[in-house]
Amino acid sequence: MFEQTTLAVVFVGLMGLSVLLYAILDGYDLGVGMLLPLKNDSECDSMIASIGPFWDANETWLVMAVGLLLIAFPLAHSIVFKALYLPTLLLLISLIMRGIAFDFRVKAPFSHKPTWNLMFKLGSLLAALSQGYMLGMYIMGFEQSVAAVLFSLLSALGVTAAYCLIGAAWLVMKTEHTLQRKAINWTKKSLIGCFIGVVAVSFINPLVNPDVFKTWLSNDNAWLILPLPILCFALFVIGFRKIKQLSELTHDDHCWQPFVITVAIFTLCFSGLAISFFPYIVPGQLTIWQAVAAPEALNFILWGAIIVIPTIIGYTIFSYRVFWGKVTELTYY
Amino acid sequence: MLETLMLSRIQFAANISFHILFPTITIALSWFLVYFKIRFDQTQHPVWMRAYRFWVKIFALTFAIGVVTGITMSFQFGTNWPGFMEKVGNIAGPLLGYEVLTAFFLEASFLGIMLFGIKRVPPKIHTLSTIIVAIGTSLSAFWILALNSWMQTPTGFEMRDGVAFPVDWLDIIFNPSFPYRLSHMLIASGLTAAFLIAGVSAYRLLKGDDKRAPKLTLKISLTVAMLLTPLQAFVGDLHGLNTLEHQPQKIAAMEGVWHTEKSAPLLLFAIVDEEKRTNHFELGLPGIASLILTHDINGEIKGLNEFEGNHPPVAPVFYAFRIMIGIGVLMLLISWLAGIKLWRQKTLSPWLLKAIVAMTFSGWIATLAGWYVTEIGRQPWLVTGVLTVKEAATDIAAGNVAFSLALYLIIYVIVMAAYLHTLFTMAKRAIEIEDFDAEPTAATNTQELHHV
Repeated sequence: MFEQTTLAVVFVGLMGLSVLLYAILDGYDLGVGMLLPLKNDSECDSMIASIGPFWDANETWLVMAVGLLLIAFPLAHSIVFKALYLPTLLLLISLIMRGIAFDFRVKAPFSHKPTWNLMFKLGSLLAALSQGYMLGMYIMGFEQSVAAVLFSLLSALGVTAAYCLIGAAWLVMKTEHTLQRKAINWTKKSLIGCFIGVVAVSFINPLVNPDVFKTWLSNDNAWLILPLPILCFALFVIGFRKIKQLSELTHDDHCWQPFVITVAIFTLCFSGLAISFFPYIVPGQLTIWQAVAAPEALNFILWGAIIVIPTIIGYTIFSYRVFWGKVTELTYY
Repeated sequence: MLETLMLSRIQFAANISFHILFPTITIALSWFLVYFKIRFDQTQHPVWMRAYRFWVKIFALTFAIGVVTGITMSFQFGTNWPGFMEKVGNIAGPLLGYEVLTAFFLEASFLGIMLFGIKRVPPKIHTLSTIIVAIGTSLSAFWILALNSWMQTPTGFEMRDGVAFPVDWLDIIFNPSFPYRLSHMLIASGLTAAFLIAGVSAYRLLKGDDKRAPKLTLKISLTVAMLLTPLQAFVGDLHGLNTLEHQPQKIAAMEGVWHTEKSAPLLLFAIVDEEKRTNHFELGLPGIASLILTHDINGEIKGLNEFEGNHPPVAPVFYAFRIMIGIGVLMLLISWLAGIKLWRQKTLSPWLLKAIVAMTFSGWIATLAGWYVTEIGRQPWLVTGVLTVKEAATDIAAGNVAFSLALYLIIYVIVMAAYLHTLFTMAKRAIEIEDFDAEPTAATNTQELHHV
């Protein structure tokens, strides 16, 4: 049996892991959705085929993250999502539209397919924008001001660019020929957008949150965490170089590199945010130790989690191996 | 202007009513698919693969809607019902958590292989994936019904400073109403899927499809319905007896019994008058309600007046219960009538096929009606004896809830229209083409094969 204080850290760690996995996994399939070239039906098919077997499980990480927040920090769940009621609504509606468009686009009468493709694209875009907006509001401590809204809008664009980036990088890895060329181009553009977003958030965050400023700049241990942004910057530079190389290369051996670099950038940015706010679960209002649920409940779920989460990761890897390599036409047969 | 509490209630009811329609199908449809797939593995007869392929597409569509409409729920606990998690979160949280951990990931991950991996993995692994998806959907029903049943008949906890703490998890999960509610729901799911399969298969036959697959699926689904309808009546009766023991006020509302009476009649019809606390135009079988509930024709049933101020609104419970029972009786009659004819004469007359088509979504109506009986029947409690619905409500602005509710309702109408339209489009398409011999050939409609 663990103590409540330990449990709070364990569960915030599990939740962090789920959020990061969600951002990476659903991030790429939202990105692919946003990038759909509506005029080119066969490219739409290939792109959606590349995410077909995975999007459902990817989205489950969102349920997991929100569920862990609900289970382990119920008070924080209530504060956060009450403050974000309308953006959350937008997110949910867009996820619904997108999820059903995925299936309807090939099962409804064929004449409706362009409409469902559009719905898939719009749903993906709105989901990304609303997640970015929610992240922005979270960073601003749910402040109701013009500045907070502007910052959140900036964050919405940043997250959207980040999802486009990981989606494009996924496509570079999973597709061939013309579509791959296009994807390389998308990767380049979204890498720029994402870079601007990361820089903007990194500068504004410590300026508006005194605690964050203290953590990063006036803390004795700041040198321990400062390599993080430097490494992130380096990854962007490497990313730009790799993408330039890829557009000139004739062989395909390095197609996985943009995706891996993007995953590393996501992980570093996420760690940066996590470090900024720890131990707060609601910035400036509530720490994990104030919000944590009873140890009886958390111990019961933790034992299950210790057994089940590695299993989940195991069969997730199995599923990715089954669909390894370049995308082929997706059929039920 | 409706207040936040009422709007939140309507919204949650709308969300969960719409959501439950789709899992109700997939929980059992997944087991039908397992059966088709295993029969194909055993016999290598293409008809099993055709049945599998047609229904796996409908499964995929239904499953996707179930997943995305379910996500809303995990947000609403905090936004609209913060009091729920504050008071019983220590119990509800882990049960929900285990649902995500053991069921959601399992079904979502293996679904990819089940749907799109048939050529990428050996046949055995594919069949195994299909089985795992089916287990996942059933597990998900297990956990969510454990939580729901605990809210109806809570055990295994103690209250400290107004907050529920778990004492014995086995008591919490296997609370008194859980075995009955779980079996009742699983059978309901079986019936819903059986009538969906029967209805769509009958539709294909009516439209002139003379292939073997729809005949086969019609026969299988009718056989399942023949077995499950009497079983459901039996389990439903046990469930009712259990409710009488733990939530007598719900039974009183279901039976429309206002005054405690001996030899209470089974009301086939009545107009409930909550203001005057009586019924009008009663049509009943004398003594039968007492006989069913107490197994004694002179048995006593406690009336609603003994629970005044602490019992559910009577009319919705009373009518919903009759709708559920009525559809159950129809299901029993039609499945046996058609089933016997089909086994004997190998074919069904058009009017019977039409009746089966009319019953396509009967499972949905019965399931929803049943849930309204049990959920409205729990009012005013959210967790019986622990927490009322009112105490759990949120303080967000009513305008916000009204807006979100309106948006959900619009989306639901669109999704439902598209779902029904697509279902029958797929059925019509299946009539025109034979989609599986050994390997798909160039001659088949290529668009059909492009399924993503």
